[in-house]
Amino acid sequence: MLDRPAVVEPLDDDKTPATFTGNRGLDQEEPLIFEIGRLDATGVDIDDPAPIATRLGALERNAPIGLPGLTEPETMRHYVRLSRKNYSIDAGLYPLGSCTMKHNPRSNEKIARFEGFADLHPLQPQSTAQGALELMQILADWLMTLTNMQAVAMSPKAGAHGELCGMMAIKSAIAARGESATRNVVLIPQSAHGTNPATAALLGFSVRVVPAAADGTVRAEAVKEALAPDVAAIMLTNPNTCGLFEREIVEIADAMHEAGGYFYCDGANFNAIAGVARPGDFGIDAMHINLHKTFSTPHGGGGPGAGPVVLSERLAPFAPVPFIRRNGDALELVEAAEGTQSFGRLTAFHGQMGMFVRALAYMLAHGADGVAQASKDAVLSANYVRASLRDVMTQPFGDRICMHEVLFDDAWLRGTGVTTLDFAKAMIDEGYHPMTIYFPLVVHGAMLIEPTESESKASLDLFIATLRDLARSAKAGEVARFGPAPRLAPRRRVDEALAARKPVLRWEKKTAAS
Amino acid sequence: MRYHPLSEADRNAMLATIGVSSIEALYADAPPATLLKTPLDLPSGKSELDVERFFARLAARNMPASRAPFFVGAGAYKHHIPASVDHLIQRSEFLTSYTPYQPEISQGTLQYLFEFQTQVALLTGMEVANASMYDGSTATAEAVLMAHRVTKRRKALLSGGLHPHYAEVVRTISRLAEDEVETMAPDIRAAEDLIARIDDTLSCVVVQTPDVFGNLRDLTKIAEACHKNGALLVAVFTEAVSLGLLKSPGAMGADIVVGEGQSIGNSLNFGGPYVGLFATRHEFLRQMPGRLAGESVDADGRRSYVLTLSTREQHIRRDKATSNICTNSGLCALAFTIHLTLLGEAGLTRLARVNHANAVLLAQMLNDVPKVEVLNATFFNEFTLRIEGDAAALVERMAARGVLAGVPVSRLLPLVGLDDLLLVAATEVNTQEDRDAFVAALKESL
Repeated sequence: MLDRPAVVEPLDDDKTPATFTGNRGLDQEEPLIFEIGRLDATGVDIDDPAPIATRLGALERNAPIGLPGLTEPETMRHYVRLSRKNYSIDAGLYPLGSCTMKHNPRSNEKIARFEGFADLHPLQPQSTAQGALELMQILADWLMTLTNMQAVAMSPKAGAHGELCGMMAIKSAIAARGESATRNVVLIPQSAHGTNPATAALLGFSVRVVPAAADGTVRAEAVKEALAPDVAAIMLTNPNTCGLFEREIVEIADAMHEAGGYFYCDGANFNAIAGVARPGDFGIDAMHINLHKTFSTPHGGGGPGAGPVVLSERLAPFAPVPFIRRNGDALELVEAAEGTQSFGRLTAFHGQMGMFVRALAYMLAHGADGVAQASKDAVLSANYVRASLRDVMTQPFGDRICMHEVLFDDAWLRGTGVTTLDFAKAMIDEGYHPMTIYFPLVVHGAMLIEPTESESKASLDLFIATLRDLARSAKAGEVARFGPAPRLAPRRRVDEALAARKPVLRWEKKTAAS
Repeated sequence: MRYHPLSEADRNAMLATIGVSSIEALYADAPPATLLKTPLDLPSGKSELDVERFFARLAARNMPASRAPFFVGAGAYKHHIPASVDHLIQRSEFLTSYTPYQPEISQGTLQYLFEFQTQVALLTGMEVANASMYDGSTATAEAVLMAHRVTKRRKALLSGGLHPHYAEVVRTISRLAEDEVETMAPDIRAAEDLIARIDDTLSCVVVQTPDVFGNLRDLTKIAEACHKNGALLVAVFTEAVSLGLLKSPGAMGADIVVGEGQSIGNSLNFGGPYVGLFATRHEFLRQMPGRLAGESVDADGRRSYVLTLSTREQHIRRDKATSNICTNSGLCALAFTIHLTLLGEAGLTRLARVNHANAVLLAQMLNDVPKVEVLNATFFNEFTLRIEGDAAALVERMAARGVLAGVPVSRLLPLVGLDDLLLVAATEVNTQEDRDAFVAALKESL
């Protein structure tokens, strides 16, 4: 007879009995593949290899790898059970500020799987991939038109990779001017995404922090004070990570250019202004576009993304290879940097084709008007949340219009015994993914809410009513609702400190002693 | 617009709550001159049917791998993907979830990342692996940067058998980060003497096996020479299936193992998205870039998973971070781990044997063609042909005959005079008919 599994959760609620299996009805426990798989099990039928004399020299493996296998039915069940322990945008509102969780149309998935795109090799003859190159060209044209910029680098594989690409173009332009030795500082606002300083540092720049004004935006005056002949560029996000439009952006760009530097705009929040305003008109030189945020490619547990970079005329010559060029009736990929000013190659192939298809499908479905409406609805929804919660929660920079995300802080929670983290975890019991918390770093107990254009008014109203009830409860001192939360999720609060102190990063076979 | 749930009445009610008269008023902080007054010169929205038709027309102008005898490799490989892999990764709870910042409702993602890390560590013969990089080439660049941090030296030596695109990615980032790189000449027959070039100024030596020309490389002696000089050995692979049949880089003494995981579970996708694999030894853990899932317990003592060691990452360490990576290739890692779970050790070994056998059969047939020579002494599922004439032109002529024959070396290494070399890959998808078609088209095209 089987023993009760070693890990059985005690349920502190006496109305819910503990179970033998650890399962709770539809919420089923699932061991690791290493605990249920067998070295001789497989879920794939593969023909016998032809008899041959091998050509492996002395390098054939002579020890087992230790990889378990599952049959197909076991595999289906393992991953279906795991999937049920995840929240997702298809299951509910996901108000993650700065991350942007919007509807993921399945038509995009269907098209990305057309064999004419999914089953295409990056190095097959270009004459046999003209449709793919044309798709990239059409997407590039959309991105240039939406931003009023002169060139696009398509190969960056994610937003942060796009930042790297943009800053590489800037560094190359500075080198071409012969100023590498003297221009080695990048200005970055305190509120910036952590990727910005990390990107600058990776390329050997030192970072000079620009403080934000009391209203959460960067003043042109502060930029001018930080400007010196050693400044290569500024990295500014607009709209910024506090959900605010940088009002003095044009003046900041002018000041940078006058001082001989370049303007990198972090395009993470382009979805607030796409179709409404063009970054090229702000005076920027480079901006990455997180296709997954603005043009809805699924996040898939954290990726893949895609981060094409639009470039100004000044930076266009330095764009990485490969890039597309028209040659008579055909399109061709320029794959070698020799004989150009290109800074070189950023990744093995041409970029995230699978993401390009999804993003372009989203654009074509919307059209120009639809893209603009999406941006406007995202901004409208965020402001609706702000206006509906401003009497019960506090905003760090006062009550002013925001862009596509609204930022609250924890001033209103002081003295209640409830923290931002507690509040976030209590949202889980209500069936919501928490908002972004503790970001941006400049705000204490930040709660950054981004509802996006995908939510109906009814959905927003229920969300608002839920937050209002939680706020009431916190202020009424009902700490029992918050401290132990979440109670109803697949897991209660996970000990993150333990995971970091004693890292267990892979399964190990248990020895008899342990 | 079918994706927009708000009606005009909803919008008006929401504006009334906010206390403004129009959505345009919400853009009051933008400099007025920058707000668009006229519509952009872009098409208007299309129905789902019309969007699908549009893409079907574009797709029809491409020749997909499944429609031709297909032998193209050089860093991306056509393999069969079991239907259950795609079915599972399309489950909403995986497809439309975000980075698992809230572990209590992200255990599905966190557990599969933990399983993925374990599988990658086992496959590569290393102690720890991270939870996926963008692709093999960027993972290689990250490995070089990590070797600099570990050794406090800033010069890398790249083997001439390293995929030229990978070498270019390393050189690009190194040049801009003002690090040094020495690259050996293209090494067609795996004859280069790396050991003679290793000294105590190097942070790392980067060697690929099977190399870009298909040769298998014994890393043992190179590893010894690296360690004697305080340098790290970075081992690279572009064909993950090869690990099912070959000695692991870890067993041969590598310190960091990076590679491309596309071959397992992921489509060709014209170059991306792919999934980078990255594994190393425990002692270098805190210098490793990228996300990590770790085991912990929840408030009830139940085993749980969580993203961990984030104190190395950009959002905390900012300009002191191990890398600027903020995302991962989570869904591609999921496809990889599902396919590998379906295969198991038994299936992977068999798949690798079929790949090797098909390549050996093809090499024998091609070597018998006049004016064609197979250059490799050893190989897994890819090898180099020397042909009479220009390989790029030959590939075009064969494509016109409906056979996608391989990658001309001149496409990877222009301007170095290797125009008569062709890289040819075989996998389990190639049949005897495919091989016969290859030989026939080759004879007619030479």
